Amino acid sequence: MDILRFITAGSVDDGKSTLIGRLLYDTKSILADQMEAVERASKTRGDGEIDLALLTDGLRSEREQGITIDVAYKYFQTPNRKFISIDAPGHIQYTRNMVTGASNADLAIILIDARQGVVEQTRRHSLIASLLGIPHIVVAVNKMDLVGYSEDVFLQIAQEYQKLASKLNIKDLKIIPVSALAGDNIVDKSEATPWYTGETMLHYLENVDVLNDLNLTDARFSVQYVLRPQTEELHDYRGYAGRIQSGVFRKGDPITVLPSEQTSKISKIEIYGEEVEEASAPQSVTLLLETDVDISRGDLISGNGNQPVLSQDVEATICWMDDRKELKVGNKYTLQHGTTRVRCSIKGIEYRIDINNYEQLEDVESLKLNDVAKVVIRTAKPLAYDSYQNNRANGAAILIDETSNVTVGACMVEA
Amino acid sequence: MSNTQNLESSSQRKNYLDQLESEAIYIMREVAGQFERPALLFSGGKDSITLVRLAQKAFAPGKIPFPLVHIDTGHNFPEAIQYRDWLANEVGAKLIVRQVEDTIKAKGLKEQTGKNATRNWLQTYTLLDTIEEFEFDACIGGARRDEEKARAKERIFSFRDEFGQWDPKRQRPELWNLFNGKISKGENVRAFPISNWTELDVWSYIEREKIPLPTIYFSHQREMILRDGNLLANADFIYKDEADVIVTKTVRFRTVGDMTCTAAVESEADTIEKVVNEIKATRISERGETRIDDQQTEAAMEDRKKGGYF
Repeated sequence: MDILRFITAGSVDDGKSTLIGRLLYDTKSILADQMEAVERASKTRGDGEIDLALLTDGLRSEREQGITIDVAYKYFQTPNRKFISIDAPGHIQYTRNMVTGASNADLAIILIDARQGVVEQTRRHSLIASLLGIPHIVVAVNKMDLVGYSEDVFLQIAQEYQKLASKLNIKDLKIIPVSALAGDNIVDKSEATPWYTGETMLHYLENVDVLNDLNLTDARFSVQYVLRPQTEELHDYRGYAGRIQSGVFRKGDPITVLPSEQTSKISKIEIYGEEVEEASAPQSVTLLLETDVDISRGDLISGNGNQPVLSQDVEATICWMDDRKELKVGNKYTLQHGTTRVRCSIKGIEYRIDINNYEQLEDVESLKLNDVAKVVIRTAKPLAYDSYQNNRANGAAILIDETSNVTVGACMVEA
Repeated sequence: MSNTQNLESSSQRKNYLDQLESEAIYIMREVAGQFERPALLFSGGKDSITLVRLAQKAFAPGKIPFPLVHIDTGHNFPEAIQYRDWLANEVGAKLIVRQVEDTIKAKGLKEQTGKNATRNWLQTYTLLDTIEEFEFDACIGGARRDEEKARAKERIFSFRDEFGQWDPKRQRPELWNLFNGKISKGENVRAFPISNWTELDVWSYIEREKIPLPTIYFSHQREMILRDGNLLANADFIYKDEADVIVTKTVRFRTVGDMTCTAAVESEADTIEKVVNEIKATRISERGETRIDDQQTEAAMEDRKKGGYF
């Protein structure tokens, strides 16, 4: 059994929370007292119907307003897989929340209301999923019950979506006709859509292969912590603790430490004190080296083969997340990449992307909350990075405001 | 490199408990790497016991590089206190204990009285004082997102202002596994390495790792107070009235908090395997079944967290 992390994108009106509620309900992941609480809350709100959306809206103000404000996590499992569902709000003013949720997702479910087809919001969610490099996209054409389960309607939407998808970087696409409210094609195949011969939503979620989404080619390891127990029996022990970001490391492998470009060989790999011959992403391990090398937190250990780019100049797609201050050319921030932090300044904004129609807008002076743009960044020290689209772990970075310490930008680096 | 080794490393990637463990250890190491004075908040409950095991693994073969801190309400199960002292000694970690009783006296705090009185809110004062006393900049806690609605919305690195308060509307975006632990003096971060674990994951991990637990987690006979359908362990400091019935029952505890607000379940499960089976079959959530403090209002946890709670 492994874990699948998926994000659902769509608004309340598209039935997003209902879909998650349905998955929880049909996999028997809602416990009796939680169900009672939802029934109670549904009654208080006076609409009579049991509102499965209330299962995911956790904060007082969310329940009061009937909207999802923040990213919420829900957990359920079937005999085959453990699921972490990431629920992020869909309105344009919450783009940063969707970016946040998408950053850790293996798969995105994009909801389309069958009565409306592909709308602006669909384009926006698909662009974000694609920019964030989510490997699998499932389009749920929802509310099929309200269009008489019409095959024509479904095919037309599917065709329109495929046209949209061809402009984006989507590796794996699946389109499923569903009704979250009635439960059609969610867990069981619906008798109302005999023309649909594909998988149900849950069947697909249970079987989609996410193990191969990890980059297992380029060995990268960010040093988190240097282990030096300094006890009598471990006097000379010096281990580098961290999580393998990508690729495989084996005992005896030659390595390069970046940015210093020192070289050595792996003398030992330990997992929690026990020696192993090899380890791969995303395992947390401790590496020991044959020679004494000057290494501290923030350094990157790279295996043989493809090397990361080592440079002070970084081009990145950025999503701006600060609602108080704009990003302007010349501004300085702290950039966090892997376990390293370095000062940086914004050298230029190449263009801003209109996230609704994908147009590139030039002559942009500043970015405000939820803007997505291509920027050029100069760092105070060389950074060892890979292209985000090839290596999510070593191509991602955040910008931190130096005075408020708040995370203000999400960067997908190009190399 | 042989094929078997290859299989071993890929099967580890596939196993969800290994994945959760690896993520939790990554978070522990980020705390140790980013902060100067972290601490692990230890309650004697199964979640914080799991954290101690994860911390041991994260820094092996060295010792855990931060102290275990226990905020003792004075209303704990004696078995949990015994276990706490044994464990700290066993793993060679420094143990810091601060008493809620002392805070009550020193600050002249008013305690709740009567039925269902709890020191749950008062713990926050002692916790914040302890954070100030030792200048802790990060506190590792065992909260899980599946536990409760407000916790489902909290970040793994949860920023708290100088009053320890959580502001759900102004949380920092938390992207990828890039945790932003930058703070100013006086502020701190609560870090939750097992955010993505469910109750069943914790139990399965304890079973797999053969982690010893306080005896109250297993079936035993005990004198109980039957109140509003809940079974509370009898103790001198629990207020009782005519409506309360004292009974002897065979019980185990599914969570371990204060004796004043933790209810037991009737159970014959006396081994970890049997407990895991019961948890798999249960139809009631952990907090719903055993936490009287959370049964009181819809947003009880959200309100406590805003006030600086764990």
